[in-house]
Amino acid sequence: MDWLNAVIQDVLLGGRYALFATGLSLTFGVMRLVNIAHGDLIVLAAFPALVLAQTLSLRHLLTLVVVIPAMAAIDYVLQRWLLDRTLGADILPRLLVTFGMSVIIRKLLVEMFSADIRKLQAGALETMSVPLGGGIAVGPLPLIMLGTAIAVIGGLQLLFYRTELGRASRAVPDDRETARLMGIGNRHLFGLALAMAVVAIAGVFLAVRTNFDRFSGPPRLLYAFEAVIIGGLGSLWGTLAGGTILGVAQSIGAQIDPGGRS
Amino acid sequence: MATTALVLTPPPHVNPGLAYRVERATVARRTAAAAGLLLLILLATLPFWGGRDSMRLLVEFLNYLSLAPLWNLLASYAGLFSVGQQAFVGLGAYALFAAATFLGFDPVLALPLAGAVAGILAIPTAFLVFRLRGACFAIGTWVVAEVYRLVFAQISALRGGSGMSLPAGVVKGIATSAQIRDRVIYWSALGIAVAALGLVYLALRSHWGLALTAIRDSAPGAESLGVDNYRTKILGYVAVAAGTGVIGALIFLSKLRISPSAAFSLNDWTAAVIFIVVIGGIGRIEGRSSARSSSSCCASSSPNSAPGT
Repeated sequence: MDWLNAVIQDVLLGGRYALFATGLSLTFGVMRLVNIAHGDLIVLAAFPALVLAQTLSLRHLLTLVVVIPAMAAIDYVLQRWLLDRTLGADILPRLLVTFGMSVIIRKLLVEMFSADIRKLQAGALETMSVPLGGGIAVGPLPLIMLGTAIAVIGGLQLLFYRTELGRASRAVPDDRETARLMGIGNRHLFGLALAMAVVAIAGVFLAVRTNFDRFSGPPRLLYAFEAVIIGGLGSLWGTLAGGTILGVAQSIGAQIDPGGRS
Repeated sequence: MATTALVLTPPPHVNPGLAYRVERATVARRTAAAAGLLLLILLATLPFWGGRDSMRLLVEFLNYLSLAPLWNLLASYAGLFSVGQQAFVGLGAYALFAAATFLGFDPVLALPLAGAVAGILAIPTAFLVFRLRGACFAIGTWVVAEVYRLVFAQISALRGGSGMSLPAGVVKGIATSAQIRDRVIYWSALGIAVAALGLVYLALRSHWGLALTAIRDSAPGAESLGVDNYRTKILGYVAVAAGTGVIGALIFLSKLRISPSAAFSLNDWTAAVIFIVVIGGIGRIEGRSSARSSSSCCASSSPNSAPGT
């Protein structure tokens, strides 16, 4: 029963990893932009959610209404003036620019919010659980996260593989020159802004789910990369599968040896 | 810093005016080489006239000076953009700690052993990560380094995740006085830094280095000229891993304490090194030593007369 419980809990945990990874799946998998700053951007989104919740006493998940457009706007600027210039066959410029971004974000966060460990209080939602019988219970919060991940991935899949906007967003990173010849400008690529909206969701859920500080980014980045690569580059549903496999693998590992979990 | 000038005499039926020279060193570079030698002598005698603090600082500097050309060789010449070099820093360091603590090795003599361990473990690692390309390779090497970190956090003989210190007896084994110990570590760091720079320089001049550069410029082109891409790259990866292992062992020998999170730290042993290489100019040896004129890799050819006249 312990094993069954572990697997159920970690399918839910997989939803969390998938949510962290979906933004990266878009930037890295679909648009081929290796975004080293992804983890730090998640943390960057978590902090304003925290501030909004504390100062305006906004309900935790309601902060999404403000954080999503704010992050998308930030990233539109970043995309247009910075990252756009690094698109090309060589991955090194993108890797280095985002690496630099990640350092700058961490330093900015420590200037603005200090290095304290934070947590967005979500009241009863944090500890609620729904018994499923047989001693197994699941929390509504992980369920909401898994549900959100599925909804977000489904929506993005439709957008990127069924609409003209998605086609354009995929074409430009593949071959910028040819895309231009076909009349697709790369100035107004919304793909990254969209990815950042997903990052915002991930950030708010991170703030609600666990403690975080300005250094929480890189570990999330590694999990996100793992989920994307296990699921297969360019496949959004694969990312959900990758996140779930990662979650289950971790839980089984923790059943065998609790010290192995990190 | 050797100055070689290759003079190619044209075959007899060619106009003798077409003779050309391939120069690898100019006057400026020779001057810089002399200055570099002077600097090296200054550095080598530092323990006799400098303070402990400057020696400590220089050991740290020299360690990065050794790590950087190795990563540069891997990333810019072999085209293997690894973000997992901390794996070999950690492996080398743990190999030294284990050999010194449990097998009674002299820590300084265990340095090459640490390199050998890192190099041997790099072979299976290479078979694994070489299946990946480009960005996936970068992430794959990082994941492998994390796996090594988790494995070492499980080994209770090495005190698991909390790490271990080098026992006092072993430390005393290097030399009984702290002053001599500092000097031994300092000279080792200097020797390794000179060796790393020199070996990378020589390696790039060799057949193998030429093959490596050819692969970077065009993998199919190199293959068609008879270069075994896979073997050349594996050799580079393993050699760099062994070197990184020696440096890692020395880094933690100077710290006297090791823990998995410090030994397999992405930020300290790979990110910082990437920054050093990029700021110094990727694909240039001299970038790290910021002595641009001691350059070696850009051979300048100067035709004596315009061809076709």
